Amino acid sequence: MTDKRPKILATRRDVLATAGSLVGGGLIGGLGLAPPAVAQTQLKSPASPMASAIRRIVGEAKLKPGKVKLDVPPLSENGNSVSLRVSVDSPMTSTNYVKAIHVLTEKNPQTYVTSVRLGARAGRADISTRMRLADTQSVIAIAEMSDGSFWSDTATVIVTLGACLEDVT
Amino acid sequence: MARALINVPAKAKRGEIITIKTLISHVMESGFRHDQFGAKIPRDIITSFVCTYNGEEIFQAVLYPAITANPFITFNTIATESGTIAFMWQGDNGFSATETVNIAVE
Repeated sequence: MTDKRPKILATRRDVLATAGSLVGGGLIGGLGLAPPAVAQTQLKSPASPMASAIRRIVGEAKLKPGKVKLDVPPLSENGNSVSLRVSVDSPMTSTNYVKAIHVLTEKNPQTYVTSVRLGARAGRADISTRMRLADTQSVIAIAEMSDGSFWSDTATVIVTLGACLEDVT
Repeated sequence: MARALINVPAKAKRGEIITIKTLISHVMESGFRHDQFGAKIPRDIITSFVCTYNGEEIFQAVLYPAITANPFITFNTIATESGTIAFMWQGDNGFSATETVNIAVE
């Protein structure tokens, strides 16, 4: 079968395909870019509860990105249980080890998720637990090293159905 | 007494890094929810978890309402000597639970 239609006119199929790719691309771009941008502004504004909580933990020291790996699913259908794993790149010797790991959220009614205290005896700075998330938001893990430096990693979790919202009936 | 599940290897080589997994049954009521009459449900959570190895503290965690019901925590430690590893959870309304596990180190 040969196509007799003039080439200039776009077929219905062409139009749909183009529209589909535009919408799809726009959607993916939106999902991928919007949450980190929000996270950035939240972190920078001194008034946000997350920023003040970070300030309380870090004090006058500088919070640097790196060394920490925060493992959370990019998308969670249920905010009542989101798995969380934090591992820190550290030799864990008696002179160079991870003292503590803190996990904070941006939009939960209470910023803190957990604070754990480790020592050189841990052998490997690697913890995991499960947390609740009220909304789509960014999560930050902060590692406090024995030399007084602070390292962090941030991740955004898209939550379809948040925790804390449902009432008991 | 709350039910707790603990996973620690029964045997380990000296100096080996072992992974400890713990799970305890608890509602972890966040204190941010309301009942059918609109009244706030009071907070009832586990606030602290401590693990000791032959009496020496090896891990400590402060828990907040953002931790799920039935808190699950895993961490690592170096198997130094045979003995007991003890776990203690404490929380609101006088909640307290302890568990011990024996480990043989060769």
